[in-house]
Amino acid sequence: MTNALIPGPATAGVTRIRRPRRGAWREFASRPLTYLTLIAVAFFSAFPIYWSVVVASHDNSALAQIPPPLLPGGNFFANVARVFDTAPFQLALINSVIVAGSITISVMLFSTLAGFAFAKLRFRGRNALLVLTIATMMVPTQLGIIPLYMMMIKLEWTGTLYAVIVPSLVSAFGVFFMTQYLSRALPTELIEAGWVDGASTWALFWRVVLPIARPAAAVLGMLTFMTAWNDYFWPLVVLTPENPTVQVALSQLAAGYVQDFTLGLAGTAVATLPLVLVFALLGRHIIGGIMQGAVKG
Amino acid sequence: MSAPVQAEARPRAAGSPPAAHRRSRRHLFDTKITPYAYISPFFLLFFAFGLFPLAYTAWVSLYDWNLLSDEQTFVGLDNYAELLADGYFWNAAFNTLSIGVLSAVPQLLFALWLAHLLNRPLRAQTFFRVTLLLPNVTSVVAVVVIFSQLFGREFGLINMVLEAFGFGRIDWQAGTATSHAAIATMIMWRWTGYNALIYLAAMQAVPRELYEAATLDGASTFRQLRSITIPMIRPTIIFTVIVSTIGSMQVIAEPMLFGAQVSAGAMATGGSDRQFQTLALYLYEQGFRSFEFGYASAAAWVMFLLVVLVVGMNFLIVRRMRGSLDS
Repeated sequence: MTNALIPGPATAGVTRIRRPRRGAWREFASRPLTYLTLIAVAFFSAFPIYWSVVVASHDNSALAQIPPPLLPGGNFFANVARVFDTAPFQLALINSVIVAGSITISVMLFSTLAGFAFAKLRFRGRNALLVLTIATMMVPTQLGIIPLYMMMIKLEWTGTLYAVIVPSLVSAFGVFFMTQYLSRALPTELIEAGWVDGASTWALFWRVVLPIARPAAAVLGMLTFMTAWNDYFWPLVVLTPENPTVQVALSQLAAGYVQDFTLGLAGTAVATLPLVLVFALLGRHIIGGIMQGAVKG
Repeated sequence: MSAPVQAEARPRAAGSPPAAHRRSRRHLFDTKITPYAYISPFFLLFFAFGLFPLAYTAWVSLYDWNLLSDEQTFVGLDNYAELLADGYFWNAAFNTLSIGVLSAVPQLLFALWLAHLLNRPLRAQTFFRVTLLLPNVTSVVAVVVIFSQLFGREFGLINMVLEAFGFGRIDWQAGTATSHAAIATMIMWRWTGYNALIYLAAMQAVPRELYEAATLDGASTFRQLRSITIPMIRPTIIFTVIVSTIGSMQVIAEPMLFGAQVSAGAMATGGSDRQFQTLALYLYEQGFRSFEFGYASAAAWVMFLLVVLVVGMNFLIVRRMRGSLDS
């Protein structure tokens, strides 16, 4: 099941080069500096997340002690309960699931469709349009935010989830990613054989292309879900405090007049830990996807 | 006898449908027109919500256009003239550049070194890779909330450590240099691992024989990094430099939320003295606090030009590095 998630070419990116098995200590002693550096980096990467759980599980007075507590305390669920009392966090979680979920499904579908056309179908202007797609990955669209906001007012979408969902329904990165994958993983003969049998391109897309695209689409889906779940600036601009996404609700929680770190970090834990857990389980495949997208060619 | 078979086989291999089907009208329509239908959702939505707003920004920037008033008067380039004379704008430009250099340069160098360390047979490769990317899974908001606690003046862990070693406490948000360092730290923490993995992916495509030959010639690993790895993965380095530059020019959530930790009012100004207000945050202040859409659009276009300028400059610098490395 988990193996089905690894796209073919991506596995090449994450091949682990193993040394011949030997004792852990001897292995460590053979490259002490390398291992020490990597362990230190792993520690600093994980520590702030661990620290947020530590703070979130104490009360504010415990944080003022010197030295501060370094182990989780027993107040975590009490603080989480306060989070749901202080901000509309339940609504925010539901909103974020709707937003990130619909964006993910749409990006996966439209990227696979366009990726199929770019990778395996022949049409006038194909190369120029593909170059245009790649170029758009570089355009800082954030700078168009004011007209985009004016459009949302015209459409009367401000304050609604449409304003957050619709502009993100497609992604240039997704199209590029699926084009790369399908041009390698989808045999052209399969499409031609389908045409000989009288199948339409549309039927081939559903019966042949989608099953083959599934592993890469799954990686793209996870990356898209993460990005959409973590998006902050645009939701902050178009949504209201009464109808926020998780990140907007979290920023309200943390920016109170009285600094209540246990509250803010308990909210952080609620908003972040689900993603971190999913990532810890499926991280290998996501990493494969990132590394695959990085190597062009 | 075999010649016609070959002639038959060649077009198939090139990917075009067999002759009998090429004649069918429906099939012709299917192969000529449907590809456009498949790519149209992407292009339609991208033009509507990506490219059109960006172009329309130029139009809006020529007007005195306020959300609260119904009238828009054409003012030509007045907004631009006003902008270039605005000290706050240049302050924001300086802050953006300073935070960008402080975060991007060490981040990319460190990522390169980390990728170099990981690009050899090691135990626990997957563990190291997953933890490296962990910060990237964390949202910007979460990063700033966590680091604002760590950088806190009274109960922040970093100040407690500094004090334990005999240094004084630092009010990180108050100063220009200290606030830039704190924000750069947050950006570095979130993106170093991501860039390291991109470099690692590129490094794994470098032929092993090059390293083996270099090792036989007695080249140190640092020498190998400099003389083999970096020249071989230069396209990837250029790619990451461009992406990081574009990212640095648009930094907004970090200074916004870092300021919000001080007071709700400091959210849009980037600190009480605008000591860490970036260009994107300045754009937000003009557009969504003062609702001066025309003026903010002018700022967006100048920012866009600055992005192009800085990206172009960085591109040239990185490309020039080629010469010095190869010689």
